[in-house]
Amino acid sequence: MNENTVKIKDPVLSIRNLSVSYEKGKYAVNDVSADIKRNAVTAIMGPSGCGKSTMLRAINRMHELYENIETKGTLIMNGKDITHMPTIQLRRMAGMVFQRPNPFPTMSIYDNVVAGYKLNGIRMKRSERDDIVERSLRDVTLWDEVKDNLHRKGTFLSGGQQQRLCIARALAFDPEVILLDEPTSALDPVATAKIEDLLVKLKENYSILMVTHNMAQAARISDYSMFMYLGELVEYDKTKDMFTNPRDRRTEEYLTGKFG
Amino acid sequence: MNSDKITKAVLFASSFVILLIAGGMIFSLAGGAIPAIKAFGLKFIWANTWNPTEGQENYGALPFIAGTILTSIAALLISLPLSFSASLFLGEYFRGTRLARILGTMVDLLAGIPSIVYGLWGFYVLRPMLIAVGLPNQGFGIFTASIILAIMIIPYATSLSTEIITMVPGELKEAAYSLGATRTEVIFSVIVPSARSGIVAGYILSFGRALGETMAVTMLIGNANKIPDSFFGTGNTMASVIANQFGEADGLKLSSLIAIGLLLFLMTGVINSLGKFIIKKMG
Repeated sequence: MNENTVKIKDPVLSIRNLSVSYEKGKYAVNDVSADIKRNAVTAIMGPSGCGKSTMLRAINRMHELYENIETKGTLIMNGKDITHMPTIQLRRMAGMVFQRPNPFPTMSIYDNVVAGYKLNGIRMKRSERDDIVERSLRDVTLWDEVKDNLHRKGTFLSGGQQQRLCIARALAFDPEVILLDEPTSALDPVATAKIEDLLVKLKENYSILMVTHNMAQAARISDYSMFMYLGELVEYDKTKDMFTNPRDRRTEEYLTGKFG
Repeated sequence: MNSDKITKAVLFASSFVILLIAGGMIFSLAGGAIPAIKAFGLKFIWANTWNPTEGQENYGALPFIAGTILTSIAALLISLPLSFSASLFLGEYFRGTRLARILGTMVDLLAGIPSIVYGLWGFYVLRPMLIAVGLPNQGFGIFTASIILAIMIIPYATSLSTEIITMVPGELKEAAYSLGATRTEVIFSVIVPSARSGIVAGYILSFGRALGETMAVTMLIGNANKIPDSFFGTGNTMASVIANQFGEADGLKLSSLIAIGLLLFLMTGVINSLGKFIIKKMG
């Protein structure tokens, strides 16, 4: 842990000495250590190619879908070492939302929400499933908009609604953390504002880790912020402290728009 | 005249010639079929008879329609598991690997082999094997023809399905993986449903190819002008009866063969349009 890293008590997730390389000797993420605050929004910022998405994807090991990836380090969730946990189990504990809304076009809204259960072949009672669908859709404030069309395909929804559906899909497993990879970069300002409000509301029950290239967004909704540069975690602090009084020169230059 | 006008004129003229050839073919087929249509009417399509005896001439297309549809459906069913697996292998599982490139090349190679070579292989290699396992009629018949047809249509269904499977957005696969799906679950719950209509269209188009395939089938089907009495019995297809008999046919018999040709043309036309329609509809 470097001196520019904030101390967090009882973290939901601890990242220890995480390094990811795509090519031998070249690190996309270089020896990052950080604790993630429970029931808070933590933003990961940095210029393109700084490794922020790779780090996010290393948490639920989505980066393993690509070949020749080498990962070092330890991940601890709620005090339990999850570094080598089977991905099937791990990914249910760490839900993910992507840049562009990606609901399954062949499935109804209802089936999209419980897609995780369906894909994994988990059987449950109809009423149980109904409950999960309603709870998840209410969580993302989509229930009232779609409750009469639950069995229609989600493709008629607007981009913002589709993204909220994708968040509901991630919430359906009641995950320990929600990982969001620039979740509003494909949305218009109105839809973006809705998602931002939603994330602030969701932190009551969930812990949120979000990659964003949008500093203003990080300032608006996050409680904690990380600044990454060239694979390194340069600074990690309470958002309001970092934005008012950055400790590292590179953070300051990034926040003042000198690069990025 | 300026060059734009010349270009336009040449393009128009060439396209018009093609149109004329296609139109002329349909027109002459229809014209050639008139005597048979006059003699037998629509009944020609479902009449189960093929009697070339002079004075008692009576022709119907049913034995050949039955043989054609039977062999084509059987070929489709036999080829389906192979081409379905191959397209997943090429388009998803081993996509971009050396192994996939080798298999892809082999599949393309299958598509390039001339029909007569398939027929020859079927005659001298496949048939003796089938005789050895007890197939009657010297190994000739619907079953043998279906196997050869199946091998011949594998590349068509495979390459189209592969293309469609490759087009399934990576974002959807990632979404499924992020929900803890295994690779098998991603393939069967996300990729196949997303590519479904394209895969179906691929099979319809390869069915269309099977309908019209001539040479290899003619060499193996046994050329019996009757409705096949069993799947392992002999029969004949529309394309094969034409190939076999046009040389010594004249008069009403020739006209009947031409009418069969016209029917085959219509059948493949409908099947191909259906396949293309499905592809177009899914954009």
